[in-house]
Amino acid sequence: MEMNINNMSSKEMLGYYLNKSYQDASEGKKRGELVCWSSSIAPCEFCETMGVHMLYPENHAAAVAARHGAEELLQVAESQGYSLDNCSYARINLAYMTVQNCVAENMPLPDFVLVCNNICETLIKWYENIAYELKVPIIMIDVPYNYEYEPSERSIDYIVAQFQEAIRQMEEICGRPFDYRRFEEVMEIALDSSHWWTKAMRLASATPSPLNGFDIFNYMALIVCMRGKTGCRDTFKKLAKELQAKIDRGEAAFKDGEKYRIMWDGIACWPYLSHNFKTLKALGINMTGSTYPRGWKLDYEKADLRSMAKAYTSVGNNLSLDAQIDLKVDVVNDYKCEGVTYHLNRSCKAMDFLFHEMQTTIAVRTGTPYITFDGDQSDPRNFSKAQFETRVQGLAEMMEQRGRVCNVRI
Amino acid sequence: MSGFNNILAKMREAIDNPRKVISDFENRTGKKAVGCFPPYVPEEIIHAAGLLPVGLWGGQVELNRVRAVLPAFACSIIQSIKEFEMKGEYDRLAAVVVPSSCDTLKAIGQKWSRAEVPCLQFVHPHNRSLAAAKEFLRGEYQHIRMQLEAITGEAITDDAISHSILIFNRHRQAMREFSQAAAGHPQIIDALTRHQVYKSAFFMEKEAHTSLVRELTELLNQEPVQPWQGIKAVVSGIMLEPDSVLEVFRDLNIAVICDDLVQESRQYRVDVSEEGEPLDCLAGMWQEMYGCSLAYEKEKSRVLMLRDMKEEYGADAVIIAMMKFCDPEEFDYPIIKKNMETYGIPLLQIEVDQQMQSTEQVRTRLQSFAEMIAQNAASSMS
Repeated sequence: MEMNINNMSSKEMLGYYLNKSYQDASEGKKRGELVCWSSSIAPCEFCETMGVHMLYPENHAAAVAARHGAEELLQVAESQGYSLDNCSYARINLAYMTVQNCVAENMPLPDFVLVCNNICETLIKWYENIAYELKVPIIMIDVPYNYEYEPSERSIDYIVAQFQEAIRQMEEICGRPFDYRRFEEVMEIALDSSHWWTKAMRLASATPSPLNGFDIFNYMALIVCMRGKTGCRDTFKKLAKELQAKIDRGEAAFKDGEKYRIMWDGIACWPYLSHNFKTLKALGINMTGSTYPRGWKLDYEKADLRSMAKAYTSVGNNLSLDAQIDLKVDVVNDYKCEGVTYHLNRSCKAMDFLFHEMQTTIAVRTGTPYITFDGDQSDPRNFSKAQFETRVQGLAEMMEQRGRVCNVRI
Repeated sequence: MSGFNNILAKMREAIDNPRKVISDFENRTGKKAVGCFPPYVPEEIIHAAGLLPVGLWGGQVELNRVRAVLPAFACSIIQSIKEFEMKGEYDRLAAVVVPSSCDTLKAIGQKWSRAEVPCLQFVHPHNRSLAAAKEFLRGEYQHIRMQLEAITGEAITDDAISHSILIFNRHRQAMREFSQAAAGHPQIIDALTRHQVYKSAFFMEKEAHTSLVRELTELLNQEPVQPWQGIKAVVSGIMLEPDSVLEVFRDLNIAVICDDLVQESRQYRVDVSEEGEPLDCLAGMWQEMYGCSLAYEKEKSRVLMLRDMKEEYGADAVIIAMMKFCDPEEFDYPIIKKNMETYGIPLLQIEVDQQMQSTEQVRTRLQSFAEMIAQNAASSMS
């Protein structure tokens, strides 16, 4: 049935397009079309150019966890020998690969995989295992860790050479020449999607915020899964329009008022999303800031592979400690956050191991209190509701205290 | 056995007193030591600068300071290195060199807190088969070279690096020859002794270590090969420590007949080419590396390599020494497990934690495993 997109809200569009991406991939697979599994901030432009269906195991694992279907897959992974200490997204996905059944949409197995380690090194091992087990080709864009503030020229040279190799591999896998004209079109769409995503997210900074911050976690699925498609661009264009209208009307996301605004550092606890949201909301805390808006702010010059390489390597966890601190200080300031919650995510060493330096420096530079809570992006066994509630209450008290001190000073 | 004992005593002395090794080196040369984090630091460049590369592999230390700055689920090597760093144990080093091979190492380089000891971080590329990867790594090594030159105030010439490559290749060869010789004599070279021969390499000048190891190998080769009544194991992983675990191996007559440990044989697997521009040769070695969880390889040649090692050395089993919280190794394990089951090769995973207080659990696991292998052997004989 033909849908009338124009009449849909951005939330409806989000649901429609996400569903469509899984459906299209499943149906395409049956017709013999190629399906690729990709890491979430890998350059989708190459596959999109060649009309390959793209699916995103990180997004899929999050959906499984949010629908409370993680544990059974985690147990399968553990029976295969995966350690409880490994990334739970990876464990869910590697188990799914075996059982091919889950509580969320089912994903057809890939004909090849695409991985970029701009998020973490774990992805390399995860995708190495997928490619080994399924005996499928792997396209890897290895972006060297930026231990200095800016990426080096030699790093950019190396990434560009890998883009060229990716194009060669795409031609080999697809059995036809790479379509450079279409590549430019896709780049333009991806850039537009990124632009409208960033713009919409930026509107959350208004006071009061028109966006319930936890919606970012939902909208994020689209920027992950469909950045190279017009549906993604159009959804965020619509969202930006909706948020601007709310700002113009002075309408807040929290009807009862937004008492505090915080930055959430780290991935969501998908199995407890609702609990986390309600706990915060009960205290009038809106999460206006996160690193996600910046995560897909992939801004580059169209048809310029060097510029594209720089964009893909300059992503969150791939930045030096100093650059990550600067980025997060900007989020706290730009989104007018009064406190920060750090999710000590048992699945993500890349994020966790710099927390100490980040927390202490960001607190000093922004004057905001912070808390840390133990959790996991998708293993429900690594989270305690009581601890989260207590810590968040503590944060609220610190923000309250700070507010009083500020008022006295004024 | 006095020849053996003298050599092994010198090695143990180096392991027990790395500070003395460094002091002696400083007094003799007027130059300092450089700390090398695992894995695969191009020590040849450090050696060519006239500095002493020493291995930083953590150790048994009470973890106090590190608890405030690093979650408990970082591997124990990094935990203990960080504890030593925060205690100022590394303050006499000229620098430390840190590869960014995993998420933990990336972070640890950024967390380095001793301003007086520069931290030289670098990256091994994953897309190793590409010419651009070699060129990138060459650039990383050039970057390290320039930073070392700035520290010493002296140029590191190509000739000096080429000369160091020769010295290190001789050492690699000596270590491989030792491994072969030791495999034939588990009665003399037990698991702990074997480990100490490898570990001492991190705290001695390469030339001196090569001489000692060669001497040891010659002595071993003069000894008759006797049948080994215990278990012969191939051990694979990052490292197998602490010593108390190796003592359990010794007690239970489990010989490490050959190894695929980063701290031991894995680092000596591939030589550096001696033909060509030296940094290019050093970078080329990474392209040749295989069978390592830290060197991306879709084919996972480690699986077949372990099977072949088991066959070649007539081993009874493969033991995975799993560094707790090591993602690269933990991701390889399910695939190794599945394949070893297919090949019918007995496999045991034991957890490695440098801060391990009690070995009882390991002892029980190894004992049961050894009994199972003995029973299988007996039933196949009958």
